[in-house]
Amino acid sequence: MTPNDRYYTKDHEWILVEGNRAKIGISDHAQDALGDIVYVELPDMDATYDAGESFAVVESVKAVSQIYTAVGGRVVEINEALNDQPELINSDCYNQFIAVFEFENLNTNELLTAEQYEAFVSEG
Amino acid sequence: MRSEYKLIFERSHAGRKGYDLPKLDVPELDSLIPSDMQRTEDLKLPEIAEIDLVRHYTNLSRRNFGVDNGFYPLGSCTMKYNPKINEEMPALFSDLHPLLDGDMAQGALELMLDMDKALCEITGMDKFTLQPAAGAHGEYTGLMIIKAYHEMRQDTARNVIIVPDAAHGTNPASAVMAGFKTREIKSNPDGGVDLDALRAAVGPDVAGLMLTNPSTLGLFETNIKEIANIVHEAGGLLYYDGANLNAIMGIARPGDMGFDVVHLNLHKTFSTPHGGGGPGSGPVGVKKELIPYLPYPVVMSHHNGPAVLDYDRPLSIGKVKNFFGNFGVIVKAYAYILSLGGKGLREASENAVLNANYVFHHLKGIYGVPHDRICMHECVIEPGELLSLGVHTTDIAKALIDRGYHPMTIYFPLIVHEAMMIEPTESESRETLDEFIAAMRDIARVAKENPEALHEAPVNTPVGRPDEVMAARKPIVKYED
Repeated sequence: MTPNDRYYTKDHEWILVEGNRAKIGISDHAQDALGDIVYVELPDMDATYDAGESFAVVESVKAVSQIYTAVGGRVVEINEALNDQPELINSDCYNQFIAVFEFENLNTNELLTAEQYEAFVSEG
Repeated sequence: MRSEYKLIFERSHAGRKGYDLPKLDVPELDSLIPSDMQRTEDLKLPEIAEIDLVRHYTNLSRRNFGVDNGFYPLGSCTMKYNPKINEEMPALFSDLHPLLDGDMAQGALELMLDMDKALCEITGMDKFTLQPAAGAHGEYTGLMIIKAYHEMRQDTARNVIIVPDAAHGTNPASAVMAGFKTREIKSNPDGGVDLDALRAAVGPDVAGLMLTNPSTLGLFETNIKEIANIVHEAGGLLYYDGANLNAIMGIARPGDMGFDVVHLNLHKTFSTPHGGGGPGSGPVGVKKELIPYLPYPVVMSHHNGPAVLDYDRPLSIGKVKNFFGNFGVIVKAYAYILSLGGKGLREASENAVLNANYVFHHLKGIYGVPHDRICMHECVIEPGELLSLGVHTTDIAKALIDRGYHPMTIYFPLIVHEAMMIEPTESESRETLDEFIAAMRDIARVAKENPEALHEAPVNTPVGRPDEVMAARKPIVKYED
């Protein structure tokens, strides 16, 4: 279920690293807990964020959630399809990234593997 | 039956009207308005007879549900009863024009001074502004004061406001509006502020911490002194969100806990109507050293002389509302404070806490409880074992509507999965609480015997379950034929 080609955070984001770029989205557990997503506030292109900062907001019928980046860097791509179809995250969360960051340094110490993340989620 | 729910536009008939004007007996002056700015087609307004108009809106109003209709335990909102006598009081001031000179409006100014004093006594603060129009506006005002304070001290690197993850959503939103960044800290397992997380979060970039006490979980923050020390030692200020003041009036004061700025919601704690019955009022109180930054004009009295409006406030953040805030609401809340008195306010808080614990105690065995400890004026429960039957918080809330209750707050606080937050307030009798508990028991029974039935709820309302997703994604906000 949980793709093992990427990292995860305890805040339920996934991070797919390709060279010096990191795609970030939210996990299946996160989209399921949020319920029907009605709006995604995407970051601006070229905006820079420190690791741990909130860069996007996902709003569902139940809740509004900040999305954090575990990777500090510059936004080089955003998933504009989410502007019109935020529900894509519900239907295909692991292929629908929110933004792509270009980073200089990547610290993976705090990040979880798919296996560790599944264990973290099942602990509740 | 369906025809009863027509829109006003759907009732329109060309040429029908509810007025009769005499024929125009002077020449029309089209030339006053440039021709390119003149309307070329008629305004699309419903054409309807007076009686049909009256019936339409009267019938709609009968589908309202308010605290005058029934029990309304909307957590975090303090939907207490609005005593009717308070509604009469603003009329005493209705002849007063807001542009009158202060010396011709001494009664009104004296009331504002007195209200300021009463709120200071209740909260332990030194001075209030009554200008902000509601809670979030109060938050914004308070944060602007915090910003002005740091800037005046040349401490300009402080651009972060710390907000616990249990906070009201308005807290981070107001902080961003006021030009700050927010830093979220996690709650500890008891639902309180995690002190280690707080220590790690403070620093030279932190302007302040926003906190609600009791927290949004309805739990008293017992570490508040320690929290205040951590924030103050790091050079930050402490902001009190007064949403939950109803639990502690006459018992504990934010000013004594170490808070520097507070906002109150007169429309929650001090019984003035809110929701559709508003407007609200969100006075902001500060400690002595922050008084210079309050919005102007400040109502003052020098040596017990006449009340004056002081506009000469060079450090003030400026005006945040025209005139003196929602004055009528302030009058109603003032009447409430005077009619209860100090003892009465304390009793209100005691009964609010007692009622919440009574409900919590009786629902405990039936529903799940995320934090099993004595609560304050509101309690948080979860569906518990009903979840495994496919019954969610939404289903329980909808089933309450069928039983004649306004649902509690649902899916908030966000840190509790499938939260249901119940705030009965002090206004309710034991009989009302018992009936509500019985309704909640009945819903749990139905959930076990026939969970499908709850997915159908509500069945007694004109509209069952509107499509919330479509309403949020593709709202239709204007009539189109």
